[in-house]
Amino acid sequence: MIVTFLDIVIAGLLLGGLYALISMGLSLQYGVARVLNISHGEFIMLGGLTTWMLYTVFDINPLLCLAICGPIAFILGYGIHRTIFKRLLATSPSPGIFESNSMLASFGLLFIIQNLAQLSWGPEIRGYSYLRVPVDLGGALFGANRLITLGFALLIGIAFYIFLTKTRMGKAIRAAAQDPSTAGLLGVNINRVLALCFGLGAAMAACAGMLVSMTYPVHTIMGMEYTVIAIIVVVLGGLGSIPGSFIGGFILGLIGSIVTFFEPGLALAAYYIIFILLLLLKPTGLMGK
Amino acid sequence: MNKLTLKSKNFLELLLRVIVLLVVIIGMAYVLPNYASVYELLLLSAIFMYIVLTSSWVMFSGPTGYISLAPAAFFGVGIYVAASQGMNMPLLVVVLVGGLASAGLALLVGALTLRLKGIYFAIFTFGLVEMIKHLLLWYEIKFTGTRGRFVVLVDHTTVYQIMLAILVLTLLTAYLIRRSRFGMALQSIGEQEEAAQHIGINVTLLKVSVFAISAFFMGAAGTIMATRWTYVDPYIAFDLNRSFTPVLMAIFGGMGQPWGPVLGAAIFAYLEELFITEFPYYYMLIFGIILTISVLYLPNGLAGLIQKWRTRATGGKDAHS
Repeated sequence: MIVTFLDIVIAGLLLGGLYALISMGLSLQYGVARVLNISHGEFIMLGGLTTWMLYTVFDINPLLCLAICGPIAFILGYGIHRTIFKRLLATSPSPGIFESNSMLASFGLLFIIQNLAQLSWGPEIRGYSYLRVPVDLGGALFGANRLITLGFALLIGIAFYIFLTKTRMGKAIRAAAQDPSTAGLLGVNINRVLALCFGLGAAMAACAGMLVSMTYPVHTIMGMEYTVIAIIVVVLGGLGSIPGSFIGGFILGLIGSIVTFFEPGLALAAYYIIFILLLLLKPTGLMGK
Repeated sequence: MNKLTLKSKNFLELLLRVIVLLVVIIGMAYVLPNYASVYELLLLSAIFMYIVLTSSWVMFSGPTGYISLAPAAFFGVGIYVAASQGMNMPLLVVVLVGGLASAGLALLVGALTLRLKGIYFAIFTFGLVEMIKHLLLWYEIKFTGTRGRFVVLVDHTTVYQIMLAILVLTLLTAYLIRRSRFGMALQSIGEQEEAAQHIGINVTLLKVSVFAISAFFMGAAGTIMATRWTYVDPYIAFDLNRSFTPVLMAIFGGMGQPWGPVLGAAIFAYLEELFITEFPYYYMLIFGIILTISVLYLPNGLAGLIQKWRTRATGGKDAHS
């Protein structure tokens, strides 16, 4: 009984760590840059497939890929914001219209990235084996790769929190999230901060993709699945609240683990039911403003 | 007196137009199938389907600005009505039931989501499609023991004729709503919902009913198209791409003119037919590029662009014709 309970809770936390990491990136992009980035999952896919390629073809350690995928995704995200979303922000007459338009533009990005990936990697499902050694946690067995995933998710989450609260740049980001025009008047370079946030979101997605590829198989159309989970977590935590999505990720992971234990076929349906109920009953989420 | 002749002249012109239109529609329904090949009929049915989806999407989302990502849900409900009831009822009744089932779902969704504004409405409808898909998949595997279902077969000409009928009804309804005071009221909801409420528009009733009307046509289109596929499962029926394509086609075609969505849908449906089997990835890639460019540089779509050129060519004299 105790072992089953522990099994469910630890599996939930392991899943939750991944969800938290995926969602924090989206939360940053929506909370500060006001872009509900539907192509978020595509950056996860890019991170996962790049890691797979670097590991199987060039024999580079997956953990080292963090140092490669992260910066590349950051530059990509930064560039995308500078070219597409900056223009949209300037041409949209109201914040509401900008949110709709930027969401539609991110749909376009989704198709572009996904099909460029299809053209270069093909539709096959890929996977590799790295650190798949079982670790005994109080009677329940878990793979070392999954524990590393949780460790990295916590590490990145905490590092990011410190960056937001303790550094000058973090302060600028929080100011821009609260009130972009006043922040601009006080000397914050708004366009740079927004692009930075978008780039950081993309980098976090790519890192999450690398961690996903250590445990789950990766393929070019996996992105949407993770985007949807990220959106659910972000709504659960409150649209725009970064600590909210960190906690929301773990909550959703636990729910997923519990539902999977009783009725495996219903896990995904349960996420959507929670999502729909949340939107209807408390659209501001757990920690929303 | 002068006014009266002007009126009767206008009336005659209108009558003439209606007669020409009727002749064209009847010709397309009964004469064309005798000359067209099976492939051409299938292609036309697919193009009609996209025009129906896009025009009915624009009916609600165009003027109000609420981005609905639910077309796949309404279309899928139609498909499942065909799959579960296709053997029990005559075809036309099945199509009608498919449309009504979708309209019923739309009424429910509309009534539930009244509080949701802007981006929340979009992600709600997005979640709705996925929720129905996964609940249905779970139900099918758990209770019926199979993943998919077979759909009753219907010959190509009948599919084509019913699709044409749905298309005509959709365009007529879209035109009538746009021309009536309901169209104006929808427009004012899109501009400033609170103000619309204050000048006495029953915002709730109007939004929900137009949403349901647009869902009716999507559901009917799904029901008749299902008979072309013979086998469906929840992943085929509730394919999210069917929510995205109408949005792109509408944005690309332009929502300011009634023929904008028709143009956008026809162009993309034809391109899809040309490329999807041989170069699916290039097709979807181009799809994404055009969507991004349209959002960035073509706020009024092709229709807006064409009007701008016409205005320039006539020196602005003939701007509204």
